[in-house]
Amino acid sequence: MHAVLYSLLPACGVAVYFFGPSALSVLLIATLGCLATEAVCQRLMGQPVTLADGSAAITGVLLAFNLPPSSPWWLTLLGAVIAIAIGKQVYGGLGSNPFNPALVARVVLLISFPVQMTTWSAPAPLGSGLDLVTTATPLAEWKNAVMLTGQLPDEMQGSMANYFLGNMPGCLGEVSALALLLGAAYLFYRRVLTWHIPTAFVGTVVLLSGLFWLINPAKYPNPVFHLLTGGLILGAFYMATDMVTTPVSTKGMLLFGIGCGLLTVLIRLFGGYPEGVSFAILLMNAATPLIDRYLRPHTFGVLAGKA
Amino acid sequence: MSLFENFKKGLWRENAVFRLLLGLCPTLAVTTSAENGIGMGLATTFVLVGSNIVVSLMRQVIPSKVRIPAFIVIIASFVTVVQLCMEAYFYDLYKALGIFIPLIVVNCVILGRAEAFASKNSLLPSMADGLGMGTGFTLALFVLGAVRELFGSGTLLGYAVFGAAYQPLILMILPPGAFIAMGLLLACMNFIDNRRS
Repeated sequence: MHAVLYSLLPACGVAVYFFGPSALSVLLIATLGCLATEAVCQRLMGQPVTLADGSAAITGVLLAFNLPPSSPWWLTLLGAVIAIAIGKQVYGGLGSNPFNPALVARVVLLISFPVQMTTWSAPAPLGSGLDLVTTATPLAEWKNAVMLTGQLPDEMQGSMANYFLGNMPGCLGEVSALALLLGAAYLFYRRVLTWHIPTAFVGTVVLLSGLFWLINPAKYPNPVFHLLTGGLILGAFYMATDMVTTPVSTKGMLLFGIGCGLLTVLIRLFGGYPEGVSFAILLMNAATPLIDRYLRPHTFGVLAGKA
Repeated sequence: MSLFENFKKGLWRENAVFRLLLGLCPTLAVTTSAENGIGMGLATTFVLVGSNIVVSLMRQVIPSKVRIPAFIVIIASFVTVVQLCMEAYFYDLYKALGIFIPLIVVNCVILGRAEAFASKNSLLPSMADGLGMGTGFTLALFVLGAVRELFGSGTLLGYAVFGAAYQPLILMILPPGAFIAMGLLLACMNFIDNRRS
């Protein structure tokens, strides 16, 4: 568990670098809020308090990663309470929750407070002396242009290099593909992650969005844009791989990843929201018990069909 | 069981919504505000008392093989009365509740009481039972509607409670909010019951 926490540190650093003190306060409030809620819930239910396992802290950091840097304190705190109380402890705590707690909180907040949850700040690197300015994320920029004119905007504000480094507006933790991939590489090295879900998820998004791009490049952005903007990397490596809410068999994991990718592209290209990663993962979380049931691995020594 | 006990059991111990978990469709669908909850609860109470009275009076006459269709016809008559009255005198509420007024016909609380109680008991106990079950149903819908309205719109019965700075948690007046609020209220009731015993 703690390895995951360490692997999130580079992305935390990038967030604080680009968005300054507001990012730091969102991170702190979300993490402390989750820890406090977990302690209060477990105390109320007369269970041993298990803050040391790090799971509540991870939920807190992931929740902060899913919020805009300008989130007011009450929004962040409410998200932390919802994530742990409604998303996790209600079901019986760690290991029993069907949905990723951080994503439950994000979606509750996104539906309830659409204004605060889609007010983005342009990055203002530390030491640049810039103030945070309100702007649109690349995905929202694309969606607005397509809604209005049916075509790609003439000129996007950011470049692919900036998208990769994280110099773009967005949720705290989703901006820097580089920092997230560094953390993910550490997790692979520690064998916390397996390749199945991230590869299937990212691969499906690239293939499917590439298909649309080839059909009509004037309307649909290219797959690299899909890959680097929005929460795809964050979702695919950190939230779709949560071992509690995803299938256990390798075939199941591949199916889970493909489903996530499919839903993400569909929501991004045809849905009402510009970003679909969180909805896609939650929907596939709901399908996980079914996937596990139908793709149960063979028991050694038992004939097929007789198990 | 005395008349009062027949009345009282519907309030808490056999509360239709929170104990028997019956009639959840109107419960979850219309409780976006406390006012809607009360309106739906009172309409259901009227139908419940009326159908319990008629079913109880006719219980010797209705052949048991066709009792369910017979009950439904009786219930549907009362629902039509309620629907026309609401359309005439409470038009706003009628518009707000919409399709869920005619759907009172298929509210399983009503058929359940007709089948389980009124068709086996005499007039007065059946009336008390219908009144108690209806009151319990109304209370449950009021509480659920009040909780959802309070957090989802920041008002109670239309009056602002939290002041202008409050940002409503819109999710609570959407369908998922109904399930979440219902679950949390159930947990509260179980908590109180556990404390008592």
